[in-house]
Amino acid sequence: MSRLQRKLALNEFVITAEIAPPKGVEVAPSIAQAKNLADLADLAAINVTDNQGANMRMSPLAFSGILCQAGIEPILQLTCRDRNRLALQSDLLGASALGIENLLLLSGDHASFGDHPEARSVFDLDSVQLLQTVTGLMQGVDMAGKKLSSPPLFFVGAAVSPEAEPFELMFQKYRKKIDCGAQFFQTQAVFDAKRFAGFMQEASLLKVPVLAGVLLLKSAGMARFLNANIPGVKVPEALVERLDQSNNPLAEGVAIAREMVAVSRDCCQGVHLMTLGHEHLIPEILSV
Amino acid sequence: MIISRQKNQDELKKSLIGLSKVFLVGCGACATVCKSGGEEEVFQMQEWLATQSVEVTGSVVVDEACHIMRAGRDLRQNRESVDEADGILVLACGSGIQSIAISSEKRVVGGIDSLFLGNVRRIGQYEEKCSLCGECILNETAGICPVTTCAKGLLNGPCGGMADGHCEIDQGIDCAWHLIYERLKNQGRPGVFARPVAPKNWSRKQKPGRLKVER
Repeated sequence: MSRLQRKLALNEFVITAEIAPPKGVEVAPSIAQAKNLADLADLAAINVTDNQGANMRMSPLAFSGILCQAGIEPILQLTCRDRNRLALQSDLLGASALGIENLLLLSGDHASFGDHPEARSVFDLDSVQLLQTVTGLMQGVDMAGKKLSSPPLFFVGAAVSPEAEPFELMFQKYRKKIDCGAQFFQTQAVFDAKRFAGFMQEASLLKVPVLAGVLLLKSAGMARFLNANIPGVKVPEALVERLDQSNNPLAEGVAIAREMVAVSRDCCQGVHLMTLGHEHLIPEILSV
Repeated sequence: MIISRQKNQDELKKSLIGLSKVFLVGCGACATVCKSGGEEEVFQMQEWLATQSVEVTGSVVVDEACHIMRAGRDLRQNRESVDEADGILVLACGSGIQSIAISSEKRVVGGIDSLFLGNVRRIGQYEEKCSLCGECILNETAGICPVTTCAKGLLNGPCGGMADGHCEIDQGIDCAWHLIYERLKNQGRPGVFARPVAPKNWSRKQKPGRLKVER
C-alpha cells in the first residue's frame, strides 16, 4: 500500500505537490528539488506531470521511477493525449515494475496549447476508459482480455474540475470515474470556497477521498493570464481585485491559498499544492 | 462534401518549379462548391499562371474528379493538350488529384488542400460533423458526434477544460458534450450518460478504406 493510500485510509489530512520532469537528461537538480519539496512539509507524495500543458519534457514514467529509487513517493500522471492503448498499458506495467504505486489518470491538455502544436494528438482512450483499463490490469487482464503473468497493484487517482458548469454534466463524469475505479481525486485549482464546498457536499456522498487543488497566485497579472490561457482554471474577479489592490501581491496570494487550505480542512481529505517555483512558501501556506 | 481550400501562391510556386506548360483540371463537385476548383477558379488560375510565365495548354472541369473512370475519360478527350504539357495542375481534393495521377504518367501537381468532410451551413461556411470513423455512435449521443466535434474525441463526457459549455481550445466553439447533455436532457433520455462508453474499435475504420458492394 502506498503512503498516500495509507494516510488517506487513516483519515490524515493529506498534502501533495507536483514537479515537472527535467527538460533534458540531467536528473540530479530535479531530484534535489523533489527532496527539498518533500522536506518542506510532510508530503504524502509528489505528482510527476506528463508533458504538462502539452510541453515536451522527460517521460514522467522514467522520472517517477528515478524518484522511487531516491526514496520519494511519486504520483505518476498519465495522459491519453500522447499514447494509444498499447503504449498506455505497457507503460502501466513498466510503472508497477519500477515500484510506482500511485497514478493520476488524465485526458490531457490539447496539443494546441503546448510547444508542439503541430503534433497529432492520440486520445485512443479517454480518462474514464483508462481507469477501466487500469482496473482490468489490476485484475490480471489486459484490454484484449489476455491474462497477465502477474498483475500490477496501483492506487488509482483521477481529476475533477469542481467549479465547472454545468454542475450535473461535470458531476456525471465524476461519478463515472468512481464507477470505473477511481480511488482518489485531485482537483483542478479551486478558488471559490462556496462552490467547492457545494461540490464536496455532493461528492462526499460517494465516499472517495478528494484533494483540493490549491494554486498559489503571485499577482493579478498571473490570475488574469490563468483565466485567459489555462483550461479549467477560473480565478474569481474578487480575488483578482484583491491581488490588484495589494502592496504585496505574493503575500496576498499566500493568504488566498491559506484560506483555500482552511476550507479544504473542513470539507475534503487533503490539498494538492501548485506553487510554481515558490515551493519555499509551502510551510506558510499550510500554517494554521 | 469534401471541403477544400486553394494552396497559397508561394507554396504553389514551389510546386510548379520545373514546369513551363501545364494542363489544368478542376472538379465540378465539391471543389466547385468550395470555390477552390470550379470553372471560375480554373479560369483565375489560368490568368495567374500567365503572370508566372507558365503556359496553360488546355483545361477541363471533370464532373467528379474522384470518379477514376470519368477523370481518365476526360483526360483522354483532351489528349493533345495533355500531351503537350509538362505536367497537370489539379484543383480538386486529394481523391481527385489521385484519380488524375492514376490516369496519366505526367507529373501531377495538386493546387488545393483537402480539409474535412463538411456540412454546408451556407455557401462559404462549412463545418465538420462526421470524421468517417467506421463505427457510428450517433444513436446514443442524441445525433451529435463527439468523435468529431469534441476536440479530443472523448466518449465519456467533457474534459476538464470545458468552461461554461465552451471548448478549451476555442471559447467560440460549443463543447460537444455540453450540446449532447442539453439535447438528451430535453428529450428526457440518459442516452450515453447511462453507462461508461467502451473504448472505440478503431479497426472498424479501415486504412486504407475499401468497400465493394455486392450486387
